[in-house]
Amino acid sequence: MAIPVSYNLRNLKERRMTTLMTALGIALTVAVLLAVLALVNGLRTAFEASGHPLHVLVMRKGSTSELVSNFTRQQFQDLKFKAGIARDAAGEPMVSLEMVTVINLASVDAPDGINVTLRGLTPMGLAMRENAKLVAGRWFEPGKREVVVGKSIASRFPDARLGGKLRFGRGDWEVVGVMDAGRSAINSEIFADLNQASSDYNRSEALSSALVRATDAVTVAALVNDLESDKRLNVSARTEKDYYESQTQSGAPVQFLGIFVSIIMAVGSCFAAMNTMYAAVSRRAREIGTLRVLGFSRASILASFLLESLVLSLLGGLIGVILVLPLNGITTGIGNFVTFSEIAFDYRISPTIIAIGLTFAVILGALGGLFPASNAARKEILTALREI
Amino acid sequence: MSEIVIQTRNLSKEFVRDEFHVVALKDVDIDIHKGEFVALMGPSGSGKSTLLHLIAAMDRPTGGEIRVLGEDLRSLSDRSIARWRNEHIGFVFQSFNLIPVLTALENVELPLKLTNLKKKERLKHAETALKLVGLGERLNHMPRQLSGGQEQRVAIARAIVTDPDLILADEPTGNLDAASAQEVLTLLSRLNKEFGKTIVMVTHDPHAARFATKVRYLEKGSLLPEGQAPADWVLPAAGGA
Repeated sequence: MAIPVSYNLRNLKERRMTTLMTALGIALTVAVLLAVLALVNGLRTAFEASGHPLHVLVMRKGSTSELVSNFTRQQFQDLKFKAGIARDAAGEPMVSLEMVTVINLASVDAPDGINVTLRGLTPMGLAMRENAKLVAGRWFEPGKREVVVGKSIASRFPDARLGGKLRFGRGDWEVVGVMDAGRSAINSEIFADLNQASSDYNRSEALSSALVRATDAVTVAALVNDLESDKRLNVSARTEKDYYESQTQSGAPVQFLGIFVSIIMAVGSCFAAMNTMYAAVSRRAREIGTLRVLGFSRASILASFLLESLVLSLLGGLIGVILVLPLNGITTGIGNFVTFSEIAFDYRISPTIIAIGLTFAVILGALGGLFPASNAARKEILTALREI
Repeated sequence: MSEIVIQTRNLSKEFVRDEFHVVALKDVDIDIHKGEFVALMGPSGSGKSTLLHLIAAMDRPTGGEIRVLGEDLRSLSDRSIARWRNEHIGFVFQSFNLIPVLTALENVELPLKLTNLKKKERLKHAETALKLVGLGERLNHMPRQLSGGQEQRVAIARAIVTDPDLILADEPTGNLDAASAQEVLTLLSRLNKEFGKTIVMVTHDPHAARFATKVRYLEKGSLLPEGQAPADWVLPAAGGA
């Protein structure tokens, strides 16, 4: 049997200011880590939610993103009737020729403007994105300078609200609709008529990509293989999901910086916990001696003080979680290094992230508590009893 | 003659302090029998507390033999000693040494945590021990809410709760006023007479020593022959209280 936990809990309560200060130090470290993880998780979720499982994205050979891809109408015509491509109710192949570019929009946070993705597409392109639902206004009409913006764009850029006008290409484009595609990256895009947009940018023949829907899941790989190996087409093909998931790396610099800062803070918190526990061991030396005289072993003393450190750090971890919880669901944006435009997403604090934060706190407590606890356990009875 | 509970032969203890060897105990031979209440007396530095600590296995001798309750303490591991101490020894400190964040009841329950007793049984035993020392009304008091005498009585309850074979007390009245000291000594005497507990008590106080059935003196680390005290000491009448 071990020393009762109530002994540790009451001691923590007894010196509540020291406990609170140490726990707060750990809490801040955990909060920084959780904020970064929530950000990266939100970004990952946005990219993972993007793309249809049956869609294959086709770009010029060697292109890593739609922005740098140069895809011609001829290539589009050549791939349109490939085997394995699904057809809609009218019997039309489900293939969408698209043009992607970036435009600069001023926001409240960045008056000098932020790059956002403009996607020119045909009605087939819209039809293939069933997850993009209109939440306000209507879809753009072909041949008109009209755009439909993702809901993140509408909320973050004052000019992009319904009824607003955006100046790009050769004139003003009216915002006629706002769409919502759940957590998808589409919420950070602006949709316009392909022909009007490509004409405005003098890119009628130099478009970006084609989106192709395979008939079924089994055909997807075969279709990708067929497109990749077609020497005449000279294109790169990958699943749309794979394309978006690979963009999660956009969060890598933030993740690296955040984890780096967390580690630096963790070292500080670890020493703070160690200091607190050394003080506790020193102040309670006589109690340690008494417990040994009563028959508690060195291992029990070690476990007791280690447990106290773990409880302290867990308390810090819980405070850290509480501090960071209000971030959950808050929308933020980050530069996407693949598309050179901003992607908006929500901080997402998942149970896994909370578990990681608490585990991190417990590790801090274990590291900070191990030496003081071992110091307590090593004390000779008489030495401990004589300490004041 | 009743069973020998404590037996030492040529028991010695040396400390090394700042390169100096200090002889705390020198060739001590003592036999303490079951049911005795022995007071160890002597001036400061005479080695009486050292002897008590060796009997309690809180320290290891540097020479000689020591058998307590038939156990050769030198042969036991650290872990075995801890368990042995819990099962057989009740220790009373001069400054009570109660755990300040635990109630009187929890303090007394503490040594029972190392037994196989269930929580309910542990609490029942602790309550009985506290009632025995006259603190049945103070079960849930924190140590800071008790007087010195009451704290020492809680400490005695903690020492007897495991029903040990041997009670060791190191200056149990050293921090108490006369009235409280009288209470504590009466209690120890009662434990000896009514419950047959073997008690070894270290004390400076001749009045306290009068509660013992036997008084042994130490001087400069040596145990004086039975009935002999240092020249300038007044021999109290043993067992007179």
